[in-house]
Amino acid sequence: MVSLADQLLVLVMLINFILLGSSRMAFVIRAVAAQGVILGIIPGLLHPFSGHLLAITVSIILAKGVVIPYLLNDAVRKAQIRREVEPFIGYVPTLLLGAVFTALAFVFAQKLPLAPEHRDLLFVPASIATLMTGFLILTTRKKAISQVIGYLVLENGIFIFGLLLAEAMPFMVEAGALLDLLVGIFVMGIVINHISREFSTVDTSRLQTLREE
Amino acid sequence: MLTYLLVLLPLLGGLIAWLVPDNRLRPLLLPIIALPHLALSLYLVVTPSIKVPGSWLWLDPLGKITLLAVSTLFAVCAVYAVGYLAYRQERSNRVLCLGLLVCLAAMSLVTLCQHLGLLWVAVETTTVSMAPLIYFNRNARSIEATWKYLLICSVGIALALLGLLFLAYATHVAHQDATLLLSDLLEDARLLNRGWLHAAFIFLLVGYGSKLGLAPLHTWKPDAYGEAPGLVGALLAGGLVNCAFLAILRVYQICLASVTELLFFQQVLVGLGLLSMAVAAIFMARQHDFKRMLAYSSVEHVGILAVGLGIGKGALFGVLFHLINNGLTKGVLFLSSGNIHRSYGGKTTEIVQGALTRLPWSGGLFLAGFIAITGSPPFSPFISEFSIISSIFTQRQYLVGGLFLLFLAVIFIGMALTVLPMVMGTPRTDLEASDYRDQLLTVGPPLIMLLVIVWLGGWPPEALLQLLKDGAAMLEVRS
Repeated sequence: MVSLADQLLVLVMLINFILLGSSRMAFVIRAVAAQGVILGIIPGLLHPFSGHLLAITVSIILAKGVVIPYLLNDAVRKAQIRREVEPFIGYVPTLLLGAVFTALAFVFAQKLPLAPEHRDLLFVPASIATLMTGFLILTTRKKAISQVIGYLVLENGIFIFGLLLAEAMPFMVEAGALLDLLVGIFVMGIVINHISREFSTVDTSRLQTLREE
Repeated sequence: MLTYLLVLLPLLGGLIAWLVPDNRLRPLLLPIIALPHLALSLYLVVTPSIKVPGSWLWLDPLGKITLLAVSTLFAVCAVYAVGYLAYRQERSNRVLCLGLLVCLAAMSLVTLCQHLGLLWVAVETTTVSMAPLIYFNRNARSIEATWKYLLICSVGIALALLGLLFLAYATHVAHQDATLLLSDLLEDARLLNRGWLHAAFIFLLVGYGSKLGLAPLHTWKPDAYGEAPGLVGALLAGGLVNCAFLAILRVYQICLASVTELLFFQQVLVGLGLLSMAVAAIFMARQHDFKRMLAYSSVEHVGILAVGLGIGKGALFGVLFHLINNGLTKGVLFLSSGNIHRSYGGKTTEIVQGALTRLPWSGGLFLAGFIAITGSPPFSPFISEFSIISSIFTQRQYLVGGLFLLFLAVIFIGMALTVLPMVMGTPRTDLEASDYRDQLLTVGPPLIMLLVIVWLGGWPPEALLQLLKDGAAMLEVRS
């Protein structure tokens, strides 16, 4: 079962590249939802069946696969955004950067003092690679909605690392974290809507009235 | 059992606030919830708490100090809100009341948490629940501030979660049984892998530091404090800052227990603290917007807290005392600046002149708050800042002490150059008339807070001093 989890993590890393290379919003949202659902399945492959596990799996898939994509699509529809135009750094350079970061993630993971049972697994490199992808999207894209997606990918990267430590995070904490994420995305969706109404665009590079003269 | 009520009471209040349809009656709910919350907090602070092994929620002295600061500030702000929202009947305050009460519940939870995972959830909840409140004014500037606040703080807090996972992984590597319970972590901090601990502390400091607004992670602060209503600004500067600082204190406790990591963490804290004070000193000079000026003052004071924590030993008492003093003084400043903003319809020094003539009470409170926050007697921030400075010099950290005093002096001058023209002089004659008048509900609450600061400065109660000493003892090196 662990080897199946490893293969799913390869899929997660491939989705990172799709996110970096694609400009169509509807497609990007679907990709990030797929990534979330895959991450929701993985705990089920690693741990023996229990009520706690079932609850976590269902709530992650519901939150990341259904509710968050719905909220994001809603924001996209209301603000009428189709694609991310003119990011700060183009798609091809960010893809190349993503590849470099993924390679570095593997090198770096080799050097970490991991527990023996985690040494040959993909969890840590996949986590670092996804984290870096999230950062890359956050910093290179201008549209508010793309930045939310960057934040989600970052959160997914952290979640992958958390998979190694299921027992440290009791159910209440995991549920709380997931709820915070949901409400956070909900509020961000509303804010995006207001940005587009106020500025007639969701380009965050226009948000620069507030600064020191 | 009563401890749970600290969280449940405001949550219940939030639910009722959501259901009450009347815009005039709804704000009354804030003091109805906040005053019993304050009474309950005071009761819990004076009764000795029993530590239950393995329990997630109980009040230790550090939690008690934070709870005291947060609950007092919130109660005062809640009474003020009734007066303030009477002037803002043009828009619905449903989300504002709900957000304030949820935030109070989350802040109370922060003070109770003994499980670092739950602590993280509570801190994140305070972040999210405050976001709609910054956007209360519904204009382009406030939406920009909300977006920056939400994005920077969310990403920061996400990094803190990564730090927590590293910490849990360190315990997993050590004994196969990952945990994030504070008491367990303190027990086996010595056995943990240094590499993971190091990484964990860096991420936790960056994460909670961005919430705290330590330079260079402070960039959201002037925007959010500048655009939020004064009431929300007070809670950001005195409530959320204290909660984030408590999270840093928890990390500090673990560093202390691990022995090897302490020196590194202390040095980073002193460095970031001095940088924050320097940034505040630079941007405070020639600042025309008085709410942004208050934001930089907040950056300065988290810097003072960080330097004091990094210095340790005798400064710890001052740090914990300053946590309370800074929150209350910021309350006075933000609430009175909110009144001035209301009356003048602007928040720059071009428009606001002669506040003492136009608004004797609010102008006077703002002036007194300025004198207090810059560390002048007879107000209590003088005592806490003085004890931090004297501890820096008794530990022969002359460079740190010298820079600390230099920045304080520059900040005093910079702040005076903004505040004095604002309150002195004569008001411009071409100002538009405003329906705002100083009245009991908008002036009384900050006045009470000012009296509390004078009280704490002159005659601090013995019980509080003992509590602060107990708190400081939890952060001292035991040999």
